[in-house]
Amino acid sequence: MIALLIRDLRLAFRAGGGFGLGLAFFLILVVLVPFSVGPQSALLSSIAPGVLWLGALLACLLSLDRLLALDFEDGTLDVLATAPLPLEAALAVKGLAHWITTGLPLVLAAPFLGVLLNLPPEGFVWLVVSLLLGTPALSMIGAFGAALTVGIKRGGLLMSLLVLPLYVPTLIFGAEAARRGAVGMAVDTPLLLLAGISLGSVALLPFAAAAALRMTIR
Amino acid sequence: MSLWKYANPVKFLALSARVQPFAWAAAALGILIGLGWGFFGTPDDFRQGSTIKIIYIHVPAAWIAINAWIMMLIASLIWLVRRHHVSALAAKAAAPVGLVMTVIGLVTGAVWGQPMWGTWWAWDPRLTSFLILFLFYLGYIALWEAVEDPDTAADLTSVLCLVGSVFALMSRYAVLFWSQGLHQGATLSLDKEENISDVFWQPLVLSIAGFTLLFLALVLYRTGTEIALRRTRALNVRLDKAV
Amino acid sequence: MGLRLTHVAVARGGVPVLSGVSFSLADGKALILRGPNGSGKTTLLRTIAGLQPALSGHIEGAADTVAYAGHADGLKAMLTVAENLTFWAAVYGHHDIEPALKAYTLGPLRDRLTGTLSAGQKRRAGLARLMVTGRPIWVLDEPTVSLDADAVGLFANAVRNHLGAGGMALLATHIDLGLSDALVLDVTPLRAQASEMHGASDEAFL
Repeated sequence: MIALLIRDLRLAFRAGGGFGLGLAFFLILVVLVPFSVGPQSALLSSIAPGVLWLGALLACLLSLDRLLALDFEDGTLDVLATAPLPLEAALAVKGLAHWITTGLPLVLAAPFLGVLLNLPPEGFVWLVVSLLLGTPALSMIGAFGAALTVGIKRGGLLMSLLVLPLYVPTLIFGAEAARRGAVGMAVDTPLLLLAGISLGSVALLPFAAAAALRMTIR
Repeated sequence: MSLWKYANPVKFLALSARVQPFAWAAAALGILIGLGWGFFGTPDDFRQGSTIKIIYIHVPAAWIAINAWIMMLIASLIWLVRRHHVSALAAKAAAPVGLVMTVIGLVTGAVWGQPMWGTWWAWDPRLTSFLILFLFYLGYIALWEAVEDPDTAADLTSVLCLVGSVFALMSRYAVLFWSQGLHQGATLSLDKEENISDVFWQPLVLSIAGFTLLFLALVLYRTGTEIALRRTRALNVRLDKAV
Repeated sequence: MGLRLTHVAVARGGVPVLSGVSFSLADGKALILRGPNGSGKTTLLRTIAGLQPALSGHIEGAADTVAYAGHADGLKAMLTVAENLTFWAAVYGHHDIEPALKAYTLGPLRDRLTGTLSAGQKRRAGLARLMVTGRPIWVLDEPTVSLDADAVGLFANAVRNHLGAGGMALLATHIDLGLSDALVLDVTPLRAQASEMHGASDEAFL
């Protein structure tokens, strides 16, 4: 399993590996927001937590289709399916690799982008905490979506259609936590629920994703 | 369970042929009488005027929208466990019906709310949840269409339905939580409970029954079509092999 | 030990393609599958490798004993040859990739990115992967595609050594590898007839 993690991390950092793609998209999106809603700082301040969450979510989505499609194309998925490693574990590891190379960088970049959107000072901590708790869910749910569509030609768009509705609870609780934290309200409920979603996704979705992969390989 | 014998497509088609005429007829009756009575036979609401009568369409449509998904969930489980094709095809057949009912629910909900809200849409928890359900239906139908092999399509859509159901439920509660942030409060709510007692319930029940029978008839009919398509495909494959 | 198939039927896309496949493979033995394209050889090999379930019949001795090499090489283009082989070795619980590199003369290519190799070189690396798995039964689908005569010789040697060490090999190939005492199984007579499509997944619709 460690070998798979190292391999995927290595691949992500190599040329064409997609590392930085999510970050770049996040940055560009955040920069575009003031152009679309106007530069008034009060307005930006109030929408900053939500926009940052949405940006992180979309940036995660962007790098998901390379999670499994590339392995499918070059035959490594077939070999992985016949290897001694359980497919469920392999998918959980791939989700982890995606989080480390996409989710985590987004979490770290978010505060800097928060400055661009006039995020209130109290909001920075809660933005980072909520993203930290929520991005694992985004990676794992995304891995499930990737597993469903891996055998479909040009499945990326379909994957987005399937994954975005699944993202709704995570987005709601994550953005609510960030928003409430920014205005000084209590954040325990949304954070707890967010953590619950992440834990549940990481624990259970690898099984669903592995089942979907086996169905496609068959 | 003797119900399982209808997993056989031929037996299912035979049963469907016997049941459908009654289902269509009863559905037509239920809907016509329910809506007719509801629209023309009941007095206007003192607060909302005649717009409240749209609930005779809105409530049954919403009812079917949710129950269609539940039926798809059960059918998907049956497919995954017992590999009965009829079950998988019934789920496939029900999805577009559920989708249309969701849209009808959304549109009628918006029409109902417009005089009260002054806008054609508000992010009321119930409407929002239905909008999310609409997206789930879209994804499910899109997946069926995207996968080449019918059995793999049945498998993958079943898994999607299962996982989607869990997330749909979570979304319902997430949306309730999320809408608490709205400061407008109760005036935006289309809370059924406080309105149902204001209207006559008999035409509503008739309407719901009519819509349910319509759903049944439509699903029977569409499943029959799906079975015919699969049969054609199976025959073609054998023809190709024989040649 | 060994591989035994008894009356196995396999399907592609739910439709039976081969039926009544029966054979035994003992330690040190090789079996060559012959048959026209589309006859179901790939499907049979994938079934034995565990990628899909058999329609009917029994396959004994294939759990955790098979190393599969299909049409694709199973290598990541952005990793070097050594990194690819080390990865697969680790997955299967081994660490030494030197014998594999030597057997296919991949030594000079070990630090080249797999994506920059020629088709033949990639093939050699893909076949080398089988050696690092440590699994006794090699299942290969058209292994010599893209290989030149020298490379075919390397491959045949590797197979002979594997058999000599007690391993088994099951290959679908048109090439004569010089494996003198290999059994040959022509799958053409085993094609599922239109009339005997029993067990097809869409049988219920007929």
